[in-house]
Amino acid sequence: MPGILTKSLSTGIVTTRYPDTPAHASPHTRGRPEIDWPKWNDARSAAAVCPTAAIACNDAAQTRTVTFDLAKCVFCGLCADTDKAIRMSNVCECAARHRNRLVATAQYGLNEDGTHRQLIAGPDAATAMHDAVSSATRNDSIESLGRQIQSRAARLFGRSLHIREVDAGSCNGCEIEIVGLTSPVYDIERFGIHFVASPRHADMLLVTGPVTRNMELALKKTYDATPEPRLVVAVGACGCSGGIFGVNYATRGAVDTVIPVDVYIPGCPPNPQALLHGILMAIERTA
Amino acid sequence: MNLFGVSSELRPVVEDLNRRFEGRFDALVTPRLNEVYFHAAMDLVPGFCAHLCRKWKARLMTVFADDARAGHGVFHLYYALVLDDLHGLLVLRVPVSPETPEFAALTNAIPAVNWQEREIQDWFGLKLIGHPNPRRCALHDDWPAVHPLRKDFNLDTVLPPFQGERHKFRPVEGEGVFQVPVGPVHAGIIEPGHFLFSVAGEPVLYLQLRLFYVHKGTEKLFERLPIPHGVRLAESISGDSSFAHATAFCHAIERAAGAQAPQRARMLRSVCLELERLYNHVADVGAICTDVAFVTANMHAMRLKEQILRVNEHLTGNRLLRGMACLGGVRFDWDADQIKRLNGLVNDLRPEFDSLVQLVEGSSSTLDRLDTTGILKPEVARDLGVVGIAGRASGFAHDLRRDLPHAAYDQVRIRVPVHQVGDVRHRLQVRVDEVRESLALIQTFIAKLPGGPLRIEIGEVPPDRVAFGYVEGWRGEIFHWIRTAPNNRLARCRVKDPSLQNWPALSEAVLDNIVPDFPVINKSFNLSYSGTDR
Ligand code: SF4
Repeated sequence: MPGILTKSLSTGIVTTRYPDTPAHASPHTRGRPEIDWPKWNDARSAAAVCPTAAIACNDAAQTRTVTFDLAKCVFCGLCADTDKAIRMSNVCECAARHRNRLVATAQYGLNEDGTHRQLIAGPDAATAMHDAVSSATRNDSIESLGRQIQSRAARLFGRSLHIREVDAGSCNGCEIEIVGLTSPVYDIERFGIHFVASPRHADMLLVTGPVTRNMELALKKTYDATPEPRLVVAVGACGCSGGIFGVNYATRGAVDTVIPVDVYIPGCPPNPQALLHGILMAIERTA
Repeated sequence: MNLFGVSSELRPVVEDLNRRFEGRFDALVTPRLNEVYFHAAMDLVPGFCAHLCRKWKARLMTVFADDARAGHGVFHLYYALVLDDLHGLLVLRVPVSPETPEFAALTNAIPAVNWQEREIQDWFGLKLIGHPNPRRCALHDDWPAVHPLRKDFNLDTVLPPFQGERHKFRPVEGEGVFQVPVGPVHAGIIEPGHFLFSVAGEPVLYLQLRLFYVHKGTEKLFERLPIPHGVRLAESISGDSSFAHATAFCHAIERAAGAQAPQRARMLRSVCLELERLYNHVADVGAICTDVAFVTANMHAMRLKEQILRVNEHLTGNRLLRGMACLGGVRFDWDADQIKRLNGLVNDLRPEFDSLVQLVEGSSSTLDRLDTTGILKPEVARDLGVVGIAGRASGFAHDLRRDLPHAAYDQVRIRVPVHQVGDVRHRLQVRVDEVRESLALIQTFIAKLPGGPLRIEIGEVPPDRVAFGYVEGWRGEIFHWIRTAPNNRLARCRVKDPSLQNWPALSEAVLDNIVPDFPVINKSFNLSYSGTDR
């Protein structure tokens, strides 16, 4: 017993203390890719290396439609390795309220050899995507994000926010980061957010996976058991879009093919700060 | 038989097999020094496996099928045995005719392949003859009669949603016996699976497992993706072993291509594998304490884990080491500042971890709950072919880092901790020993780090090559077996996560324990549902 006390005292407080200290980030962190749309002169090589078809080209006559879907992106950086028009930022907080705000589409006129002659239209939604990231809380610290959640949750749910986590098919990568929220470093409980064991106690479902065929019913039942008002947050590339697994004989893909989703948190997996950012966005929506 | 291309260590075994089973092999193929294939008829399987296990201390590490009807007119079954002491793999390939799609079960002789044989039955529609429990395993009971890994089954097939029954559990009856069903959605932040406890009073009489809730068609999906994309899919087989699975996959492709990653890359791979081991072991030490209500220890463990994840991010751009693996080497080199951070981590962790262990060992109420809880007896572990941490805690001293060296493990001496007791306490102890070993290994690798290139180019791999890739992940041994197809694709990718091997041992370890001890017993195995279900 004295050992426990001494150790706790000597360890001191390890919880992040933003905004007094700067947010944790490494210059090597790979966040969302940034595309220089006007200068992009050939999307084909990036599309070829992208493992999840987050970057996709569709050619018709002399034009090419290029889409970039952040919900599918696993932040691997392979596109940026092959294409100078793409740069990996270290922005990880990318949550959005609508699936289509994560998709940017542009049209290019083509040269004979298939390279882009000029940008004809778009990128649609790309600017919106930027709004979603920058205007919300992107530069906010964990501390202020947490405080905001707490006050909004107070208005919405009375006192605190109870979350039921549902793994509907994930590889367990997202679970590692979600568990991280409960560590003393992020200590999500100090904002009145609790992970609960039963959906009947929950205000929010935090759902990971591509939803497998075998988990579809369990997810629906969990959703039905959650009292209203209830929020659903889809976590990770797989939860948002089906990710690298997509839709196949064993998976249904994105969470929103099975139950309605309020907020999408891209990433593979999203880190704890990205998770908090998305949770806040979900509460903002209804508050 | 031509023994050219067989390693000197395996040569006596191959000669012995030739003598013993004279004239019964159709062919002997040696794509690599330590990987030898025998082609024979199915009736050779029991004798071949029994002989190797008895005389050469081999273990049947995996059994799987491959739909080779297009090229050979038959299905192939592969029985792959590891010879740990001789550092090699012997594989028996036998045909199964599509006209009589059946095969004889080996489970009665070698219980370790129970689940794997049933997987073959489910996925390939090859009927098991003589299996003690031939019920469905990989496909739930409600699935229509489809065999997803057959070539004529399309990955995109849309199946009707679930209805009916997932699994008919075996009845357990008697006075005072009742059933406790748990899952698939569990109380904590963990993966889904269904457990059915049959209890009489407090003690567990029988535990039945229903897994494969997170089956995602992964092995089938590998057959569609271009090989380089397979690396990213391998990262998503089990998130906590992203780097180990991706590296096992790369290793298989490199072996098929006849290439080897450069020295520097092999060292960096080893460091990343050790980092993966570190963060998982540290987290497990804490989680085991939580499950016996010693939360303070877990808080310290989570704090240390976060430090490791941040260094992972600094070294590879991702907290789970994703994106680092690639064919022919690794993607990112480390500069002086990054190496300094890594060294700093090792120096910080050493005293921190010691102090955490002291905290746990100083808590008699914690040790009381861990000692003699969830015992997996060595004989049972051996029968079930238990691998990794759980195997080493039950007297089963295997570690591929030593026995089938990969990455840069051939350049260091690995001490493999072995205990005989097989309870939760000793599964914890294996982790503690291994964390200390990992810290030392990382420093050794960094001190030895040579210059030179980070990767070599792996071009298009020619079709119809077969190869095993292997890695000792933190949980245990991981194998990927591939057969290549034209256009830089795969015809088959078999993924063997250690969890698949170890689940049945959990059922044994909980017998006679009380239900409230189940969480800590389960945690001490910490098996991956996604790695099992794929
Ligand atoms: S970073 Fe995203 S868009 Fe780029 S290749 Fe990877 S998954 Fe595709």
